[in-house]
Amino acid sequence: MADVFRVLAQIGTTITVLLVLAALLIWAERRLLGLWQDRLGPNRVGPFGILQSVADMIKIFFKEDWVPPFAEKPVFIFAPCVVVITMLMALAVVPFTPTLAIVDLNVGLLFFLAMSALAAYSTILAGWSSNNKYSLLGGMRSAAQMISYDVFMGLSLMGVVMLAGSFNLREIVLAQQGLWYIVPQFLGFLVFLVAGLAESHRLPFDLPEAEHEIIAGFHTEYSGMKFGLFFVGEYLGVLLIAAITVILFLGGWQGPWLPPFVWFVLKTALLVAFIILLRAALPRPRFDQLMSIGWKLMLPLALLNLMITGAVALAGGL
Amino acid sequence: MPRIRIDGQAYEVKEGLNLLQACLGLGLNLPYFCWHPALGSVGACRQCALLQYRDEEDRQGRLVMGCMTAVADGQILSLKADKARHFRAGVIEALMTNHPHDCPVCEEGGECHLQDMTVMSGHHHRRYRGRKRTFVNQDLGPFINHEMNRCITCYRCLRFYRDYAGGEDLHALASRNHTYFGRASDGPLESEFAGNLVEVCPTGVFTDKPLSQSYTRKWDLQHAPSICVHCSLGCNISPGERYGRLKRVQNRYHHGINGYFLCDRGRFGFGHVNHPERPQQPLVRENGRLRPVAASEGLAELARRLETTERWIGIGSPRATLESNLALRELVGADHFFTGLGSHPNALNRALLELLRLPGVNTPSLREIEACDALLLLGEDITQSAPRMALSVRQAVRGAGRDRAAALNIPPWQAQSVQIAGQNARHPLFISHVTATRLDPIAEATYRASPQEQAALAFAVAHCLCPEAPAPEGLDEQAQSLAEKIAEALLHAKRPLIVTGPSSGALPLVEAAGQVARALLNARPAEACPPALIPVFAECNSLGLTLLTQDAAEADLEQAFALSEHGPVGAIILENDLFRRAPGPLVQGFLERLTQRIVIDSIPSPTLNAADLVLPATSFAESQGTLINNEGRAQPLFPVHALHAERRNSWQWLAAVAGHRALKGFASPADALATCVTAAPELAPLSQALPSAAHPFTRLAVPRMPHRNSGRTAAGANLDVREDQQPQDHDSCLTFSMEGAPAPWLSRQSGIGARLPFSWYPGWNSNQAVHKFKDAVDGPLRGGESGMRLDLVCRDNGWHRPLPVDTEAQGLLAVVQPAIFGGEELSNLAAPVFQRAALPCLRIHPDDAPAWSVADGDRVLVRGASAATELPLRVDPRVARGIALLPPTCPPLGTGPTRVSLRSLGSDPLIATDHPEPTDG
Amino acid sequence: MLSQLRTIWEVFKHSTVKPDTVSYPEEKPYLAPRYRGRIVLTRDPDGEERCVACNLCAAVCPVDCIALQQTQDERGRWRAEFFRINFSRCILCGLCEEACPTYAIQLTPDVELCEYDRQNLVYEKEHLLISGTGKYHDYNFYRRAGKDVGVKERGTGETEAEPVNVRSLLP
Repeated sequence: MADVFRVLAQIGTTITVLLVLAALLIWAERRLLGLWQDRLGPNRVGPFGILQSVADMIKIFFKEDWVPPFAEKPVFIFAPCVVVITMLMALAVVPFTPTLAIVDLNVGLLFFLAMSALAAYSTILAGWSSNNKYSLLGGMRSAAQMISYDVFMGLSLMGVVMLAGSFNLREIVLAQQGLWYIVPQFLGFLVFLVAGLAESHRLPFDLPEAEHEIIAGFHTEYSGMKFGLFFVGEYLGVLLIAAITVILFLGGWQGPWLPPFVWFVLKTALLVAFIILLRAALPRPRFDQLMSIGWKLMLPLALLNLMITGAVALAGGL
Repeated sequence: MPRIRIDGQAYEVKEGLNLLQACLGLGLNLPYFCWHPALGSVGACRQCALLQYRDEEDRQGRLVMGCMTAVADGQILSLKADKARHFRAGVIEALMTNHPHDCPVCEEGGECHLQDMTVMSGHHHRRYRGRKRTFVNQDLGPFINHEMNRCITCYRCLRFYRDYAGGEDLHALASRNHTYFGRASDGPLESEFAGNLVEVCPTGVFTDKPLSQSYTRKWDLQHAPSICVHCSLGCNISPGERYGRLKRVQNRYHHGINGYFLCDRGRFGFGHVNHPERPQQPLVRENGRLRPVAASEGLAELARRLETTERWIGIGSPRATLESNLALRELVGADHFFTGLGSHPNALNRALLELLRLPGVNTPSLREIEACDALLLLGEDITQSAPRMALSVRQAVRGAGRDRAAALNIPPWQAQSVQIAGQNARHPLFISHVTATRLDPIAEATYRASPQEQAALAFAVAHCLCPEAPAPEGLDEQAQSLAEKIAEALLHAKRPLIVTGPSSGALPLVEAAGQVARALLNARPAEACPPALIPVFAECNSLGLTLLTQDAAEADLEQAFALSEHGPVGAIILENDLFRRAPGPLVQGFLERLTQRIVIDSIPSPTLNAADLVLPATSFAESQGTLINNEGRAQPLFPVHALHAERRNSWQWLAAVAGHRALKGFASPADALATCVTAAPELAPLSQALPSAAHPFTRLAVPRMPHRNSGRTAAGANLDVREDQQPQDHDSCLTFSMEGAPAPWLSRQSGIGARLPFSWYPGWNSNQAVHKFKDAVDGPLRGGESGMRLDLVCRDNGWHRPLPVDTEAQGLLAVVQPAIFGGEELSNLAAPVFQRAALPCLRIHPDDAPAWSVADGDRVLVRGASAATELPLRVDPRVARGIALLPPTCPPLGTGPTRVSLRSLGSDPLIATDHPEPTDG
Repeated sequence: MLSQLRTIWEVFKHSTVKPDTVSYPEEKPYLAPRYRGRIVLTRDPDGEERCVACNLCAAVCPVDCIALQQTQDERGRWRAEFFRINFSRCILCGLCEEACPTYAIQLTPDVELCEYDRQNLVYEKEHLLISGTGKYHDYNFYRRAGKDVGVKERGTGETEAEPVNVRSLLP
C-alpha cells in the first residue's frame, strides 16, 4: 500500500516538475531566441521575466474556451490531450538518475518509440476534427512526416541497442560507462536528433503548423487551454527528445564530481539549448525537401549505421 | 465586312468606320482627344496615330491618324509599333508643356481623359523647362467653372456647343497656342446644354461648379443607374452620392434616349435631394405645430389616424413612382383615388395618351428623332419643357447637311467635311407656339398664335394632306398657305415627325396633332416610313399615372374637392403640392374641410405645411420604383444610397400599415413591381424587370462604388469609432459597396448595360469609358437599354372636328409658358438652377396693352376665374395676340383654360433692374 | 549542409552581441525626423493650410482610415471642410505622405498613440493641424499651381508666363 502511495507521489511530483519545466522552457526559449536575435526577450514579469509563462498561463486559462460550431466536438477536445498524455507517458520510462525513474521497463526504448509515434494522432485528429482546410493540410503533413521519420528513428537506435544489448534505458546508460555512444554511434546520433526534431515538429521541421503557408496548420482553430495543451505537449516533446538523446548517446547521468542528477539536467539543458539554437538559425525546408531528406538521406544513413554496427559487432564478437 | 490586321491579330470590323472607332470597338486602347463618338473626327490632336503598312513586306510603315482613316479591307496596322508609340508620347508631351500644375485642385482629377491618355501614352516626366502660358478665366454662370490654363485646344467644346447644340456665345478667340475658348465677356453660357461641356471637355477647362463647392472625386462617389425626374423624357443619369448628400449628376449612356448628353436642368437640378427644409422624419401636428417623431411613431400615428375616419381619399402624383401611386390607390380604393391633377390636365394627358395609341404611327425615341427630316412642333416649347428633345431636334434639322455629305460619299464621322459639304443646309422645321422659342432661329417657318388658332392651323395641315380630314373654319390666308407648305414638307419627307405637348393647355391642339399624323398616314404611300408622332408630358411619371387612372370615372382634383363637401373625409396626399394644381382658395377650402390631412412628400411645400401628419418620402436618389416616360417606356429607379433611417419610399409607408387596411403585394420592391404588372393589362411588359431564376442579375453583385472608394473606416468615426456594417441591398443586383463584379468582367456581360451605375474601366476613369461596355462604339450598351416599352393598345378615334375659334371671349387667355430653369417644382429647389431662372413676369403683345391700360414695366394684378396674382408686366411683340403668357411659377388662376383680366398697380421696381430683353431672331 | 552549420555558428556568435532593443519606456530610442509616427497637417510658409483636400491621401490609404470633405473659399482656394484620421485603424505606412502633392500631410516621430478609449484615437482637423511647415520649409503649392486663389497674381507663378491677351491675333 505504501508502495502505491510512494509511486503515486513520485508520479505526481514528476508530472508537476515536468510541467513546470515545460513552462519554464517556453520562457527560456524566448529569452534565448532574443539573445541570438539581438533582442531582450520577455523581461518584465518577475526577475528576468521568469514568470512570463505564469502570466501567459493565467491569460490562456481565462480565455474563452471556444469550440468552432463546424468542428467535430469530441475529437476536437480529445486531440490536444493525446499529445500531453503520450509525452508524459514516454517520460515515465526516462531514468533521470540510477534510482530516479517512474518505471524501469525492460522494453523502455520500445515504449518510448511507441508513445512518440502515438503522439502523431494528436495532430492528425486535431487537423481532421477542425473541419478547416488548412488544419486538415497540417494534419496530413504531420501524418506523412511522422510515418517517414518514425522509420529511421527506430532504425537509428538499433545500433545503440546492439551495443548495449538491451532495450532497458537504465541498462543502456550503464553500458556507456567507458565510452558515450555518441562516439561509436555518431551517425545514429545525428539521424536520431533529426528524426526527434521532426517527430516533435520543432523548427526547422514544423511543417504541420507552418504559419506562413497554412496559417498554423492543425491548431488553427484552437484557442485557450486546448491550444495551451498543444504548446505544453510540444515543449514536453523537446524535453523528451533531449532527455532520450542524453540517455542513449551522451551517457545519461554519468559524469565526474557532480551528482548524477545534476549531470543529467546539465546535459539535457545544453541539448535543449542546441535545439533552440536550431530554431533561431535554420529556415524551414519545403515539404518535398523534407520528404527527400527523410527517405533519400536519413534512411540510407540509418541503414548504413545499422550495417556497420552489425558488422563490427559480428566481427568484434561483442 | 472588311478584315484588318492590327499587331498581327486579324479582326473583322464594320464597314464605314474609321480606324479609331474600329480599334475602340475591338476593345483596343488607342488614345484620343478631339474625337467624340457624337461629334465625329477632325484630326486636330494627332493623338490616335497608328502605323499602317503597305503590305506584308513593308517594315517601315507610315503614320496615319486613326480617326481620319477609314477602315478598308486588308489593312495591316500596328498600335504597338515603336514609331507610333513614340509619336503619341511626343504629342502628349507637347500638349502637356503648358498644362498647369493643378491636378490636386482640379475637379476633373480622377476622371480626367487627359490624365488617362497621358498615362496610356506613357508620358511621365516633364522635360519642358520653359514658362507656361496662362489665361484669364471668365465667370460662366452658376453651372460651369472656367479654367483656361488647362486647355489642350482639342476644340471639342466648340464643336459640341456651337455645331451640335446650336449655342452662339462660346467662341475661339486669339490664335495658335494662345487659342482661348470663352465668351465675348463674362456671363452665363446661354445654351441649355452647356453643362455637357463638363463631360465633353477632356480636361478640366469646364468643370461642374455646384460640385466644386463641395467636391468629391469620382472614385469616392456612390452611384446608381437612375432616371432623371425633371421632365417626362426619362433621360438616364448616374447620380453620385457621398456622406449622405447627392453631389452631382452625370450622364448615363442610353442609346435610345439621351445618348451622351443631358440638359442643364437634369444635370444641375438635383438640389431638392439635399434641401435643408426637406422633411427628414415624420412630423405630427400637436397644438398647431408640427413635431418631429421617429419613423416607428410616425407609422403608428398613420395607423391610428386611418382608424379615426371612415372615408379616405387618396391624391396621387405625376412625379411619384408607379408603385407609390398604385399603393395609394390600393389603400383607399380605386373609387377614391385621384390623380392630383385638375380635370383639364387630366384630359390633356388622356388625349396625349391617345396619340401614343394611334395605329400605324411610330412613337420615336430621341435617337430616332435625330433621323427625322421634316418636323412640326405644335404648341410645345420643347427647349423649356423637354429640353433634351430639343437637342435631338437640332440634330434632325442638321440632318440635311449630313444627307448632302452622304450623297458625296463623305463618311458621317468626317465632321469638318460634313459641315463644309452641308453648308448649313437644314431639314424643314415648323414651329407653332404662342411665343418665340429657342428653336426659332433654325426653323423654316414659325407661327405665333393662340392655341385655338394653332389647332386650326394643324387641322388645316391635316386637311391639306388628306381631304377626308375636316377643314377648320376662319383660317386666314397666311396661315392657310403656311399649312399647305407644312403639309407639302411632311408629305415628301422620308421620316416626318410631329411633336406636341400639354403646355399650351389646349385640348384641340393635342387632338389636331393626332389628326395631322393620321392624315399623313393616309396620304403617304403604304410602303413609306410611317409618320412619327411624339407627345411630351408635363412630369416624369405623368404617363404612368394616366395609365393607372385612364378608366376611372372620377380622377380629377375637382371631384376630390366635391367629395370633401359631402360628409367627413380624410385625405392622403402623395408627393403633390396641391397649390400648384388648383387655384389657392379652392385648395385652401378643401384642406380645411378634410378631417385628416396626411401628406407624404420629399420636398417642402405649402400643402405639406397644412398637414396633420407628414411622412417623409424618399427623393429619386433613394427610391426604388418605376417611372414611365413620354414614349411609354417604363424605366426602373434604383436607390443611389441607402435609406435614411427615418425615411421610406412612399409606397413603403403605406404598405407598413397593419390592420384591416393592410396592403397586400407591397412587401418588397419586386413584390410592388409584380403588383404593378397586374394593375393594368398594358403594364404587363414590366414583368420582364422582375427578378427571376433565369434573370442574369438575380445573384450578381454590381458595386455602386468605384473600387477605390476611400475613407470607409473614418467616414463615420466621428460618431462612433466602431464601424457599422455596410448597408445591404436585397432588392436589386446592386450593392452598397465597392466589392462585387469587377468592371472588366461586367463589361463582357450582356445585360449589364441597363444596370451600369457608372462607367469605369481600367485605364479609363472618365465617362468616356462607356465604349468599353458596348459592342460597337456607335451602338447601344451591351445588353441593351434600360427599361421596356409598354405595348399600348392601338385605338383609332377617327377624325376630330375642329371647333370654331372663339373670338367673342372676354379677357386674355392665360397660357403658362414652361421654363427649363425655374419652371419645374423639383429643380427650383436647386440653387444654381434657380439662379438661372428669369424674373417671373407676365408677357402680353403690345397690341393688347392699351385695352387694359397697362404698360411695359408695370406691376399688374392678374385676375382669373378663381384666383388672382400680382406680376411685373413685359410687353413683348413675340407673344401672340390675346394671350397672357404667365411664368411657370404662377399659381393656377382658374380651372381649365382661363381668361384673365389685368389691372395696373403702377410701375414695378424689380423689373427696372432686370436684364435688357433679347430681341427677336 | 555546410552552410547550415555555418549559419548555426554565426547565429550562436550573437550570444555575445549587445541587444539592439532598449528598455522602452524607461529608455527612449532615437527616432529619426523621418520616422513614421503620428500624422500631422502642416501649413505653408505663409501660414495657410497646405491641405487642398485633393483626396489622394484618402485614396491611397490601404486601411481607408482617412476621410475628408473639400470646401472652397470665395477666392477658390480648396481646403478641407473636415479632415478625419482614425488612428485606431492607421498602420502608419506613410503612403498618405508620399501621395500628398502639397506636403500637407506628414508623419512625425511621435509614436506614443495609446488610449484607453478607441474613440479618442479619432483625430479631426483641429487635432491634426500644426502651425509649422514640418519637414519641408519652403514649398507653397499655390505658387506653382496654375490656379489663382489669391496667393499670387495670375501668370506670376514660378514657371508661368504673363496672361495672354486673347483679343490679339499677333504672332
